[in-house]
Amino acid sequence: MNTRRLQWLLFAWFFVFPFLPLPPYWITIGNYIGLYAIVALGLVLLTGIGGLTSFGQAAFVGLGAYTTAYLSGVLGVSPWLGLPAGLLVSGLSAALIGSVTVRLSGHFLPLATIAWGLSLYYLFGTLEFLGKYDGLSGIPPLALFGLDLSAPEAMYGLIWLCLGGCLWLVLNLLDSRSGRAIRALASGRTMPEAMGVDTAQYKILIFVLAALMASLSGWLYAHLQRSVSATPFGLNMGIEYLFMAVVGGIGQVWGAILGAAVMTGLKSQLQDWLPRLFGSQGNFELVVFGVMIVLLLLWARQGLWPWLAGAWARWQPPAPLPLAPASAPAGYAGLARRSKPAPGSLLLDVDAARKAFGGLLAVKDMSFALRAGDVVGLIGPNGAGKSTMFNLLSGVLPPSGGAIRFCGERIDGLGARRIMELGIGRSFQHVHLLAQRSVLENVALGAHRRGHAGPLAAALHLERHEEARLLHLAAEQIRRCGLAEHMYTPAGSLALGQQRIVEIARALCSDPLLLLLDEPAAGLRLQEKQALAGLIRQLKAEGMAVLLVEHDMDFVMDLTDRLVVMEFGSKLAEGLPEVVRNDAAVLAAYLGGIE
Amino acid sequence: MDFGIFAVLAQDGVTNAAVYALLAMALVLVFSVTRIIFLPQGEFIGFGALTLAALQGGQFPRLLWLLIGVGVLCFAVDLLAALRQRRYKPLPRRQLLWSAGENLFYPLLLWALAQSFDWSAVPMLGQILFTLAVTVPLGVMLYRVAFQPLAEASVLVLLIVAVGVHFALIGLGLFIFGPEGSTTQAFTDWSAEFGALLMSGQSLVVIAVAAGLIAALYLFFERTLFGKALRATAVNRRGAQLVGIGTAQAGRMAFALAAALGSLAGILIGPLNTVGYDSGFIVALKGFVAAIVGGLASYPLAAAGALLVGLLESYASFWASAYKEVIVFTLIIPLLAWRSLASVHTDEEGA
Amino acid sequence: MSAVVLETRQLSVRYGKMEAVRSASIRLRAGEIVTVIGPNGAGKSSLLNAIMGALPSNGQADGEVLYEARDIGHHAVEQRLGKGLALVPEKRELFTSMSVEDNLLLGAYRRRRRGRSHREALDSVYAIFPRLRERRGQLAGTMSGGERQMVAIGRALMSDPKVLMLDEPSLGLAPRVMAEVFHVIARLRDSGVATLLIEQNSRAALQVADYGYVLEVGDVTLEGPAAELAHHPRVIEAYLGARH
Repeated sequence: MNTRRLQWLLFAWFFVFPFLPLPPYWITIGNYIGLYAIVALGLVLLTGIGGLTSFGQAAFVGLGAYTTAYLSGVLGVSPWLGLPAGLLVSGLSAALIGSVTVRLSGHFLPLATIAWGLSLYYLFGTLEFLGKYDGLSGIPPLALFGLDLSAPEAMYGLIWLCLGGCLWLVLNLLDSRSGRAIRALASGRTMPEAMGVDTAQYKILIFVLAALMASLSGWLYAHLQRSVSATPFGLNMGIEYLFMAVVGGIGQVWGAILGAAVMTGLKSQLQDWLPRLFGSQGNFELVVFGVMIVLLLLWARQGLWPWLAGAWARWQPPAPLPLAPASAPAGYAGLARRSKPAPGSLLLDVDAARKAFGGLLAVKDMSFALRAGDVVGLIGPNGAGKSTMFNLLSGVLPPSGGAIRFCGERIDGLGARRIMELGIGRSFQHVHLLAQRSVLENVALGAHRRGHAGPLAAALHLERHEEARLLHLAAEQIRRCGLAEHMYTPAGSLALGQQRIVEIARALCSDPLLLLLDEPAAGLRLQEKQALAGLIRQLKAEGMAVLLVEHDMDFVMDLTDRLVVMEFGSKLAEGLPEVVRNDAAVLAAYLGGIE
Repeated sequence: MDFGIFAVLAQDGVTNAAVYALLAMALVLVFSVTRIIFLPQGEFIGFGALTLAALQGGQFPRLLWLLIGVGVLCFAVDLLAALRQRRYKPLPRRQLLWSAGENLFYPLLLWALAQSFDWSAVPMLGQILFTLAVTVPLGVMLYRVAFQPLAEASVLVLLIVAVGVHFALIGLGLFIFGPEGSTTQAFTDWSAEFGALLMSGQSLVVIAVAAGLIAALYLFFERTLFGKALRATAVNRRGAQLVGIGTAQAGRMAFALAAALGSLAGILIGPLNTVGYDSGFIVALKGFVAAIVGGLASYPLAAAGALLVGLLESYASFWASAYKEVIVFTLIIPLLAWRSLASVHTDEEGA
Repeated sequence: MSAVVLETRQLSVRYGKMEAVRSASIRLRAGEIVTVIGPNGAGKSSLLNAIMGALPSNGQADGEVLYEARDIGHHAVEQRLGKGLALVPEKRELFTSMSVEDNLLLGAYRRRRRGRSHREALDSVYAIFPRLRERRGQLAGTMSGGERQMVAIGRALMSDPKVLMLDEPSLGLAPRVMAEVFHVIARLRDSGVATLLIEQNSRAALQVADYGYVLEVGDVTLEGPAAELAHHPRVIEAYLGARH
C-alpha cells in the first residue's frame, strides 16, 4: 500500500467514525478536532512552511464566527451567506493587518499577532452590538436543501468535509510553482527574491489563506454551538492552535490533524482525570500543557508527525513527489526564450560603481565590462570588496554611486527580482537550498518566472500543463549539469560540490545570459573543483557568459578569459590570466608578504 | 475636561507608566541577553504581590512550595546532565554540591525562616526582601530548567517555550494561591492637595521607587563588570563567549533581574489594586508594548514607550473606558510598522 | 627546545555530515609562533574553534586537545580561558557599542592570573598598542579596521594567555597596518606567549612563524619549519602563487 493512499485511508476513517456505536461525547470531540485542525492547517502553511509565526489565529476564528452570528442570529440572513461574509471580513482584515505586519522581521511578527489577537478579543467583548462579553446566542442551525444539520453527527460530516477540502487545496497548492515559492519564504529574503519570488506578496497570501481557514472554522463553530462569546477567541486559544501545529509537526500538513486530535483528546481526558487526582482547585490541564510543550521542544522539536512518518518510511519508502515528466510535455517547445546576443557584444558594463557603508568605502569606483560568451574572474584577497561588488551586481545592495548596465539598460538600483528577470542568474557563496526538498523541486524554483499560474489555479490543480513544463525544464537543467541520478534526492544530503552545481542548475532555469557565481570553489575538494570547472567550460561552450567571484586563484587561472583583480575596494589590475598572475602589484597585494 | 481631571489622569498615567517601565526594562534585558521573549514576566507580578500579602497577613507564603518543587526539578536536571556526560568527563562533584545547595538547601532554609518568624510583625522592607529572596531564585531556576538547555534555539522556539512556562505557572498559580486576589498594605497614607490635584503618597512612592530602580540599573550596566558583561552578551554573543561570559551565566543573571523587577512591580501595584494569580499577564503585556517601542533593544525608548502607554491608557479610560485595552493593544501595530521602517535591514536575516 | 604547551592529537571537527577537519595533529611550544596555512574553507577556523571549545552548536569535535599535557577536551570556554588559552576570531567580534576600554576590561572577565589588577592588565595592553590608550573612550564600532584588530588582540591579551590564537589577523587590513600587526605578533613571542596563527596570507605568515602546517580541505598535508615550508615547491605553487 502506498503512503499517500494510507494517508487518505486514515482520513476516511474519520468519516466512518460517527457511524460506530460510540457515546455521543466522542462525536463532540471529533467535531472539535475537525474545527481545530482547520485552523491548525492554516498555521502549518503560515508558520511551519512559510516561517511566519502567529499567535493570533483565534481572533480570525472569532471574526468568522461573529460575522455569521450577527448576520444570521441578529439580522436573520441565511447562515449560508454568513460564510462568504465571514471570509470576506477575515480576508480583508488579514490583508490589512498583513500588509503592515508581515514585513516585520523575525520576532516582531509574533509579537504583533499577540497584540492584535488581544485587541480583537477585547473588541468582541466590548462592542454593544456583539453582546459584549455575553456574546450572541440564538444562531440558527445550518440546513441544506431542507436537510437539518443541527445534530452533532450531521455537523460532523460537514466539518470533516470542509477539513478534507482545505487539506486537498493546501496539498495541491504546495505541489506547485506557488508552493515552491511559499516553501522558499522561510529561508529569508535574499534567495527567493533572487529567484524572482515576490516575497512580500507571498507572505500576505499565506497570511490571508490562514485567516480564511480560521474564519471557515469559526463559521462552522458558530452554527455548531449556536452561540458565540469572546472567550474561545482569546489569546489562550490562539496559543493552543499554535501548540497543536507544533505538537503535530509544524511543517507537516498532516501534522495539523494529528496535533489537533492529540491535543483535543488529551485535554478532554485531562479535564476528566486531573481534578480527581488533585482536587478541583487548579487549572491542571494548563500546567500539563505547558510542561508538555516545554518537554516536546526539548526532546522532539520536530513534532509527532515526522516521527511517525519516519517509522512508516522505514517500512514503506515514500515515492518522490513531484515527478518530472518522462518526455517533453505539450507546449514545452513554445516556452519563451531569450534571444541570444551576438558573441562578443557588450553584456555587462560596470562604470565607476561604488558602495559606502557609513564612512567605509567597500567598493571604490570599480569599472569593468563583460562580453557575451566571456568567462571573467573577479578575484582578490579576502575582504577586498568582491562580495559587495557581487551584491551590487545581483541587486541585493543598491550602489551608492556609478552606473551598472546590462544589455545597455541601467540595472543599478533595480531589485534582485528585476535583475534576474533581465537575464542574470546567480549562485550563493553559502549554499541556499531547501535541504529537505528534492533537487528537482529546488531547481524548479529557479523557473518561477517562466510560469504564470496563480495560487488559485494551483490549489485547484488547473495548471498541471504549465507545471509539467516547468518541471521538465528543471529536469532538463539537472541533466545538463550532470546530476540526473540525484534528481529526487533531498538537496541537503548531497555533497557541497553537488549542492553548488544544483544552484547553478537552478539559476539556469531562468534562461540567463549571464551567470554570477559567488566563490563557487570555496570548500570544495579537488575532484569537485574539477567537476565544477568542467561544467563552467561546458556552459561557456554553449555561449553563456560567466562572472566568477573567487578567492582561489588556481581555480580561475585556467578557466577564465580575463581576470579583474580587486584590492581595498578598487580595481588593481585587469587582463589575461597569465599577465595578471605575473603583475608585480598583484603579486604584492594578493600574495602578500611583510616589508 | 478641566485641568483637575487632566492632572488626575496624568498622575494615574505616570504611576502606571512607572510600573510598565520596570517591566519593559526587564523584557528588554532578558531579550537582548538571551533572545527569550519573557512572557512569564507577568506571573512574577502576582508572585511578588501575593507573597508579600501572605507575609503581611501572617500566613505562610505558599509560593515557597513552588520554589521547593522547582528546586528539586533543577537539581534533578543538573544531576541528569552530569550523569549523561559521565562517559566524557568525571562527575563534577563540586558543581553538584553547589547545585544541591542552591536548589535543595536554600528553599528549605527559606521555609524554616518563614516558619520561625512572625513575618507580619517585621518592617515592610524586611517583608519585601524576603519576598524577593523567594521570587528571584525562582526566576533563575526557571531559566535553568526550561531555557538553558535550549540556549541555541531560534527566537520562535524560545517564545513557544516561554508560552509553555507561562501556561504552567498560571495553572500552578491558581492551585497555589486560589482564585482570590489580595491587596497589600499601603506604603504611606500621606497625601497632599495642590489646588484641584490630590497628590497621593502612594503614587509618589511608586514613581520614586521605579525611578530609583531605573537609575540603579543604569549604574549597574555602566559601572560594574557584571553589568558590562550582560551588555556585552547583548551586543555580541560570540564575542562574549570568547571572553568567557558564559551564555548560561548571563542568562541566569538576566532572569534574576527580570524576576526581581517583576516582583517589585507587583509589590508596587499591590496596595492600589487587588492582585490575583493571573492579573499580572495583562500588566506585563502593556510592559511589552512599551518594550516593543524600544525595539526590544533600547532602554530609554522602552521607558518612553511606557510613559506613552501609561498616559494613553489613562486618558482612554476617561474618554472611552470600555475600549481602553483595545486602544492600548492596537497601538502596537502602527508602532511595529514604524519600528520596521526605522530599522535598516541587512541582506541576510536570521532564519 | 622549550616545552610543548598545546597539542592536538587526531583532532576532527564535523558539522552534521560535513567533516571540516580530519585528524589534525599539531604542536605548539612555549614562546613559539606556529602557523596553519591553507585555502579558504579548508577548516582552519574550525581547528582554532575546536581548540578553544567554541564550536557552533552543530559542530562536534573528536580527538584530544592537550594543554600542558592535560586533556582539556571536555572543558568549557571559560575554563580554557582560565588556563591560559585565548582566541582572536576572524570577525573580531568586538562589542561595537561599547568603549574601547570596556572591550578590553571584558577581556579580563576570566583571566588566568588573579593577582594582576585590571589596571595593570590594561596598562600592559596600552603599552603594546599606545593608540588604544588615546582612543580608550571611543566606541569600538567607530574605529578603523586596523584599530579594531588591535582592540581584538588587546582584549585577548587581557586574559593574560599563555597561548594566543589568531584567526586571519591580516583580513581586510592595508599592508602597512598588517605589517604593524605582524610586528606585534613577533614581539609577543619575546614576552613568552606562544602564538597559533592562521593566515591566508601565507607568505607573511611563514615569514613571522617558526613552524608551519598546511591544512587542505580537512587534512594536514604538509608540515615543517617555516623557512623550509616557504621554499617547498608545493606550497609555492598552491599558496604563494609564484609559479616561475
